[in-house]
Amino acid sequence: MTTHGTAPTTPLGADRDLVVSVRGLRKEYGATTAVDGLDLDVGRGEIFAMLGPNGAGKTTTTEILAGHRRATTGDVSVLGLDPARASRAWRSRVGVVLQSTNDLAELSIRELVHQFARYYPDPRDPDDVVEMVGLGEQSGSRARSLSGGQRRRLDVALGVVGRPELLFLDEPTTGFDPQARRSFWELLRELRATGTTIWLTTHYLDEADALADRVAVMRAGSIVALDSPAGLRARTHGRAVVRWDGGEATTASPTTLVQDLAARYQGEVPALEVRRPSLEDVYLELIGQTPDAVPESTTAAQA
Amino acid sequence: MSTPRTSSISPDVRLPGTARLGLARTSLELLTFVRERDAMIFIFAYPLIMMAIFATVFDGQVAGPPDSGVSFAQYFVAGIAATGIMLTSFQTLATSIAVERDDGTLRRLRTTPLPPTAYFLGKVGQVMVVTVVQMAALIALATTAFDVPLPNEPGDWLTFGWVLVLGTATGTVLGVAFSSVPRSGRSATAVVAPLVLALQFISGVFFPFYQLPGWMQDVASIFPLKWMAQGLRSVFLPDEAAALEVGGTWDNGVTAAVLGAWLVVGLLVGVRTFRWRRRDDG
Repeated sequence: MTTHGTAPTTPLGADRDLVVSVRGLRKEYGATTAVDGLDLDVGRGEIFAMLGPNGAGKTTTTEILAGHRRATTGDVSVLGLDPARASRAWRSRVGVVLQSTNDLAELSIRELVHQFARYYPDPRDPDDVVEMVGLGEQSGSRARSLSGGQRRRLDVALGVVGRPELLFLDEPTTGFDPQARRSFWELLRELRATGTTIWLTTHYLDEADALADRVAVMRAGSIVALDSPAGLRARTHGRAVVRWDGGEATTASPTTLVQDLAARYQGEVPALEVRRPSLEDVYLELIGQTPDAVPESTTAAQA
Repeated sequence: MSTPRTSSISPDVRLPGTARLGLARTSLELLTFVRERDAMIFIFAYPLIMMAIFATVFDGQVAGPPDSGVSFAQYFVAGIAATGIMLTSFQTLATSIAVERDDGTLRRLRTTPLPPTAYFLGKVGQVMVVTVVQMAALIALATTAFDVPLPNEPGDWLTFGWVLVLGTATGTVLGVAFSSVPRSGRSATAVVAPLVLALQFISGVFFPFYQLPGWMQDVASIFPLKWMAQGLRSVFLPDEAAALEVGGTWDNGVTAAVLGAWLVVGLLVGVRTFRWRRRDDG
């Protein structure tokens, strides 16, 4: 996996093949600022994830980049053009999967994918696309009858059938079961392998971690961190939390502390627990929530 | 702003033609229409059902003076044909586009290279095909089951043709314009259907127009349905039956003018108010 720009504020080189370039993007709805001065670049072939809680401005940003909404101010260039002035030719190079809808209910998967393929100059084979998203078995089913996960796969099929260079996905796996999410991730990796640049918004940390070359963490309309998943994880600064029945300490040298504790208790330390701050802790700190309650799954208990 | 190296759109990209896409949209719209049970019953079958009910209830009665020779079935077929034209164009589009705006269909289409013109061509194509099939079925029903005589003068068929085309065109643009009125897709039918039903009652569809109170006739004369029904009566009724009209003549020139005026109003309003997104969506 390639990583780009591990230093968060370093602009990408001018010679790099940029697909998305944003400077000073702002979007206001009346008195509310949804996006507050965004700067970012996405290179060709990247999977770029926007991570943040609901209401952070991810969807608004995505919709502006996809040409679906106008920015209040700022410079936006997507595939070299301002999306607000998108032409048909531009739209034929961009795939967009916005948040889930229940439209087109009476038509079958096959009918829809074949229909949408006709809108593009150089589409993928519609039947191949249906297979690719794993709906081959259901291709005769009407959209109305699909489960949430199948419906989302249909959305993706309609988004990629035009062979886009750049694919926008707004919270593509919301409501998926874990298995469906894993196979969806595999699909996105396959798409990236064909050269598609993928812009993804998610509020699932594990999704950004598993897929993205770079992650922008968004909070209240601003990017609070822009880094590779590994770079974000490195922000734990080597600290670890040691807990036991009788105390808790944050230290850069947990082994020493555990040795001291073992000496003090003369053997087993009661309910000893040593854990490194997880990516989730970093994330929660970034979006302004203190990681007080640590979910059990991320707790690495060591005896 | 920096211009990415590979960003230039290659000039040899051949986008599919708008007319061909309009045809593709038409077939998809027709497929959707026939699969929507509501549309098939309340848009397509409704005029046929109404024709059957009214012609049966008023079987053997004549419209106007006893010697007029115009059966109620013959009088009604014109108004019910006009209703069919309005339902298939105006009601279909006012509700279906409101639903498509609400459920995200329009938003989705807007993200594809489908030209807006092709989307509207698809709507027009769907309306045209359904209207032709519906009119053929209605005329077949009226002539075979209720002995309504077919007009035999070419001039009548010519009038039928232009009332059909102009009425459909007017209903289509008004339907597009009116689709912005319902606040949601869910409320679309509830907003559109009562309006259309009220027009049917005051425009001489279910009751002979000459029997309605004068003020009701005046209100109906503002709207297209009354004029479409009157224009079609000039087709399906003998020339002497013009005496049953309020003005004593068919007034086909006025019919054309009123429909044409609504067509222009619908176009102007529709072009200005059409939105790809919901009203509450930014």
